[in-house]
Amino acid sequence: LKDDAKKSPVRTSQNAPTPFQILYFKYATAISTIPSSTSILTTALILTMSLSLQPGGSSTRAPPTGTLSAPGNAVTTRPITTGTSVLGIKYRDGVMLAADTLCSYGSLAKYKNARRLLPVNSRTLIGGSGEYSDLQAIDDLLRRNALEDRCTADSLYEEENDAEDCAKEVWSYLRAVMYNRRSKMNPLWNDIVVAGFRQNDDGSTSEEPFLGIVDKIGTAYEDDILATGFGGYIALPLMREKYRPDMEEGEARALLEDSLRILFYRDCRALNRVQIAKVTRDGGVLVSDPYELDTYWDFKGFVTNKGEMGTDGGW
Amino acid sequence: SDGIILGADTRSTNDTTVADKNCFKIHYIAPNIYCCGAGTAADTEKTTELIASQMELLRMNTGNAQSRVVTACTLLKRMLFRYQGHVSAALVLGGCDVHGPHLYQIYPHGSTGKLPYTTMGSGSLAAMAAFESSESGYKDDLEEEEALELVKRAVLAGVWNDLGSGSNVDTCIIRRDGTVVMGRNTVTPNEVGPLRAKVKRSDVLNMRVGTTAVLKESFARNKSSAIGGVTLADVTVTPMET
Repeated sequence: LKDDAKKSPVRTSQNAPTPFQILYFKYATAISTIPSSTSILTTALILTMSLSLQPGGSSTRAPPTGTLSAPGNAVTTRPITTGTSVLGIKYRDGVMLAADTLCSYGSLAKYKNARRLLPVNSRTLIGGSGEYSDLQAIDDLLRRNALEDRCTADSLYEEENDAEDCAKEVWSYLRAVMYNRRSKMNPLWNDIVVAGFRQNDDGSTSEEPFLGIVDKIGTAYEDDILATGFGGYIALPLMREKYRPDMEEGEARALLEDSLRILFYRDCRALNRVQIAKVTRDGGVLVSDPYELDTYWDFKGFVTNKGEMGTDGGW
Repeated sequence: SDGIILGADTRSTNDTTVADKNCFKIHYIAPNIYCCGAGTAADTEKTTELIASQMELLRMNTGNAQSRVVTACTLLKRMLFRYQGHVSAALVLGGCDVHGPHLYQIYPHGSTGKLPYTTMGSGSLAAMAAFESSESGYKDDLEEEEALELVKRAVLAGVWNDLGSGSNVDTCIIRRDGTVVMGRNTVTPNEVGPLRAKVKRSDVLNMRVGTTAVLKESFARNKSSAIGGVTLADVTVTPMET
C-alpha cells in the first residue's frame, strides 16, 4: 500500500487511469499518510468533478521533443463546456451574426445566459462555437490587441485613425493563431466567425462587408453566408435558398431568427434564448440583449393521440 | 389535407462515387401505399418488395379489402427489428386508406414514428429545415399544390446542400380517393444533355453507311435451319394416352 501511495495518480501514459483506480490510490494515501482532513476533501472533490464526465479527459500525452516540459503537460483532446452553432449573413448595411446563449456541459444545459457574440473593437465582431473557455481566451487576446492598438495609435479619437483592426485583419490573425496551436497538437477547440468590413489597399477600412470563419485546425474561409456546427446542416440550406445580396435588416434578422428556431427544434444542444449582433458602416458594432424565440408545437399530427381506439393503431 | 406526398432524390452512391444518377427511390407497396427508402439500396429495394408481396397475399386472403398503411408499417418494423439493424433500410412510408392519409418513418432497428412530416437519409437535415421553416414550411391542411411545392423544395435543399443527394426529384401524390400520381423526374435541375452535346467527339464514333468500300458481295442460304438436320416438319404428333 505504501508503494502505491507514493505514485502520483496522474500518469504520463497514453490512457488515463480508470476512475476506480484513481479512487483506490487516493484512498490508499489517505489511510497510510493520514493527511489533514481538508486536503482529503479537496482531493476527493477535484477527483469526483473530473470523474463526472466520461473517461478520456485531458490527456497527458508526452509533448513533442524540444519543448519546455512543465509539470502536467496537458493538451486539449475534447471540448467540455460547449456552445452550439453561430450563424452569419451579409446584408445591405453590413453583416449580421446570430447565436443562442447556451453553453452545454455534455448533455446538461449548464449556462443559459452565456455570451457567444463578442465585440472586438468598434468595427469587428466575433462569434464562437465549441469550447467556451477557449472562446474567452481568444476574446481576451483580441481585446488586448485592440487596447494596444488604441494606446499606440497616432490619435486618441477613433474617427481620426484606422489603428483598429478591421475584420479581415482579425480573421487573418486568428487563422495564424489557430493553425499555430494546431501544429503544436493543442488546439483552441473553436469555430470562430468574424464579421465586419474589409481593408482597402491603403490600409483603411473599406465599405465592403466581410464575413469569415476560422476553425480549430486553422482553416480560414470567407463567404456571404456562414454557419458553424449543426447550423451547417440545418440553417445553411435554408439561408442559401433565401439569401439575396441586398437584403434589408428586417429580412436578414427574420431569416436568422427562423434558422435559430429550427435549430432549437432539431439540435439537442440548442436553446430558444438567442442573441443577434450586427456591424454596420454607420452604426458600428451592436450586440442585442438575449431574448426568447416563440416556438410552435400544435400541429394536429403532434397533438392527436396515436395508438388509441379511434385511430389506426399505428405509432 | 387530402392525401400524402412523397418525394425523393435520384442519386445512388458507392462510397464517394455516384453509382446511379437517376435511380428510383419511391417503391410500390400497395396500390394506395408507397415507400421511400434511404440507406443500403439493396436492403430498401428487397425489403419493400417482400412486404409488397405479403400485402398482396393478404389482400387475396381478405376479399380484396384495401390495404392499410399501418399493416405495411407493422410488417416492416417486425422484419427490421428481427434483423437488429443489420438490414440498413430507413424508410418513409406513406399512403391513404379507409382511415385517411398516414405517414410513418421507419428506422433500420425497427422503431417507427407516425408524423405529419418527416425526412430520412443524409440530406434529411437540409430537407427538414425546409419543412420546419415558419413562413414557407409545413402547416396543417395544406392544399395539394402547396404541399407538392414544399416537398420539391425540401428535396432540392438536399440535392444542393448534401453531397449524398443529387440529380433529379421524384414525387408521388397519393390521394384520399385512392388515385396516385407518380411523378418520375418531376424536377430535373441537373440536365447534362446540352453540355454533353457541346463536346466535339471524333467522327470515328459516328460512321455513316458507305464509309467502308464494298469489294464483293455473295449470299448463301443456310440449307438446314434446324438442329441436327431435323426440322419441325419431320415431327409427328401422337396424342397422349390418358
